[in-house]
Amino acid sequence: MTDLDQVVARKEYKHGFTTDIDTETLEKGLSEDTVRKISAIKNEPEWLLKFRLKAFRMWKKMSPPVWANVKFPPVDFQDMSYYSAPRKKPTRKSLDEVDPEILETFERLGIPIEEQKRLSNVAVDAVFDSVSVATTHKKKLMEAGVIFLSFSEAVKEFPELIEKYLGTVVPPGDNFYAALNSAVFSDGSFVYIPPDTVSPMELSTYFRINTEESGQFERTLIVAAERSYVSYIEGCTAPQFDSNQLHAAIVELVALDDAEIKYSTVQNWYPGDPETGKGGIFNFVVKRGKCQGKNSKISWTQVETGSAITWKYPGCILKGDNSSGEFYSVALTTGHQQADTGTKMIHIGKNTKSVIITKGISADSASNTYRGRVFISPSATGARNYTQCDSMLVGDSCSAHTFPYIEGATEFAQLEHEASTSKISDDQLFYFRQRGIDAEEAVSAIVSGFCKDVFVQLPMEFSVEAQKLLAMKLEDSVG
Amino acid sequence: MLEIKDLTGGFEGKDILKGISLSVKPGEVHSIMGPNGSGKSTLSKIVAGHPGYEVTGGSISYNGADLLAMEPEIRARKGIFLAYQYPIEIPGVNNAEFLRMAYNAKLKSLGQEEADPLDFDELLREKMKFLDIDEKFRERSVNEGFSGGEKKKNEILQMAILNPAVSILDEIDSGLDIDALKVVAEGVNRLRNGNSSLILITHYPRLLNYIKPDHVHVLSGGRIVSSGDFSLALELESAGYERYTAVAGE
Ligand SMILES: Nc1ncnc2c1ncn2[C@@H]1O[C@H](COP(=O)(O)OP(=O)(O)O)[C@@H](O)[C@H]1O
Ligand SMILES: [Mg+2]
Repeated sequence: MTDLDQVVARKEYKHGFTTDIDTETLEKGLSEDTVRKISAIKNEPEWLLKFRLKAFRMWKKMSPPVWANVKFPPVDFQDMSYYSAPRKKPTRKSLDEVDPEILETFERLGIPIEEQKRLSNVAVDAVFDSVSVATTHKKKLMEAGVIFLSFSEAVKEFPELIEKYLGTVVPPGDNFYAALNSAVFSDGSFVYIPPDTVSPMELSTYFRINTEESGQFERTLIVAAERSYVSYIEGCTAPQFDSNQLHAAIVELVALDDAEIKYSTVQNWYPGDPETGKGGIFNFVVKRGKCQGKNSKISWTQVETGSAITWKYPGCILKGDNSSGEFYSVALTTGHQQADTGTKMIHIGKNTKSVIITKGISADSASNTYRGRVFISPSATGARNYTQCDSMLVGDSCSAHTFPYIEGATEFAQLEHEASTSKISDDQLFYFRQRGIDAEEAVSAIVSGFCKDVFVQLPMEFSVEAQKLLAMKLEDSVG
Repeated sequence: MLEIKDLTGGFEGKDILKGISLSVKPGEVHSIMGPNGSGKSTLSKIVAGHPGYEVTGGSISYNGADLLAMEPEIRARKGIFLAYQYPIEIPGVNNAEFLRMAYNAKLKSLGQEEADPLDFDELLREKMKFLDIDEKFRERSVNEGFSGGEKKKNEILQMAILNPAVSILDEIDSGLDIDALKVVAEGVNRLRNGNSSLILITHYPRLLNYIKPDHVHVLSGGRIVSSGDFSLALELESAGYERYTAVAGE
């Protein structure tokens, strides 16, 4: 065994516990009736039921995409439950009414919904299986006019806003998983920042899958009105099961004139057994932002370290003139993980600008694919794109692939593309070790350095967290 | 403090070292000289514990302990330092940060607290100033894009920070112009004290005018073929290695 092999043997997944609470779970299987049931449980308005049913009918005619560079057995969509919620239904007037077991779960995960931590300047919405269980700092946000609610609550309190924007960025028929989510989505978060408002704090959602045979289908919708700004953070974990759980979420962002949305993700779903590859989350997520107004800006930053399979391409539709989209990504795959991730930048407005910086790291037998698409429409005169995709291989049996596509009226655009592949060599590791630094710390320093351009985009405390997470994932369990 | 006995080894089943014995006592300066390819760097890598090299026979004891049984980072923390003939580039890792990690690893192994970042910063500035290394090398990636001479100075900077007990300097003089050589040699001399030892590996005797060795050994064909005092180095200066390559007879 070389040094590198030893280093990449990982530590056990830390979040792999389940919480024993009484849940209300729908029977397995998916039919029109399931969709109606979900809508009924949630007491939804008629238009929303129609939206779901329309999506369901589209979904039935579609088949799962096969073009991604990932391999897995077909998912049996009839063999999972589409709704699971804690039975002691929190009325959510105050945190005291949330099941203490659930609060404890989030506490174990280090997620600050508990009272004392509410003083910190981050508002949190915690989603447990299918429902949102706690949203903090509601009052302070409301004072600023910022709406930050669980999706179900928002449907009740602000139906016009939801109806106006839901599905406008990711239409239900967009793709197989988008249609599925649109039919069965259970909960999620809704954010609205009014004109001329800077959100007084970072907003964040933590997702947790707890039930073995349920999928998680949440939906996030963020609307930033004229000249507003918000920074939003998403984190995820799941217990350790031998079976695979499906996570098929949709995130839609809308930025109006001169508005800016910064969306950061630190994803650490259970990746499956590192030796056998058994279990783990299938993370099939559709994330898209629409720079609808002029001079608007949407920036995606993601640190993807978990899941058995990751399939996601957060993108931007750059519709407003002078709008800009950014995508910064670190994707780490170890064990038998597979990631096919990247972005889609659609330039429509004049002088639109996009920046793509991705760092893919693979170790063990993992595979890591960057897939990016930059599309320049003929209206997008003066469009500019800069793309940089770097891959790092740790060890000899992993792989990295990049598929950058550039399409459309490229003669109007200014495009730059850079790519590199590097490897951590035994000589580099020995250099550290000769200076007294052990191999794990060495790999972690090299990988952190490699990802620096992305980490600086994350809000400070999450940048620290992400670096620790990366180090932990690469840590040697053998010693 | 360092006792090498009948050491044989190399890589991929081929012995480059064919029986080396060397005894280094505290405070001594040994010079190992020899033609290219004679195994000087191989010896240094084996002492430091490079996992790509294999020891097939003999022993190394260090302060009475079996050095060969120790992981390379343990050897380093116990005071073995190797200045590379060809220092390795580490893109993305900040030079000052790297030095701090190394320094803290050593403190930790001694059961001490990690250094206060500001105190370390001060220490680093002082050493850099003394070695005439520009401030900008703090923030650059370790050795990346450094010139040959800058890399060598950076090795000595690491040595100055870590204050090792036994330093093996592998051709620290190659790639340095005369001024840089003087600075480096002065730096090395300043670091010497009664307890720390030096092994200077060099192809050219030039360096030895600045750092005077107590013992000079000629390595050829994987063996030490001659040992003596400083006068041996002077003799090599005029006569070259020809005699010894003939003796090694391969
Ligand atoms: N990593 C290596 N792989 C293959 N051969 C090597 C390697 N390192 C050194 N050698 C060979 O081993 C011999 C001794 O090399 P080295 O120890 O570098 O000599 P020196 O430092 O005295 O010039 C040479 O024949 C050299 O080509
Ligand atoms: Mg050499």
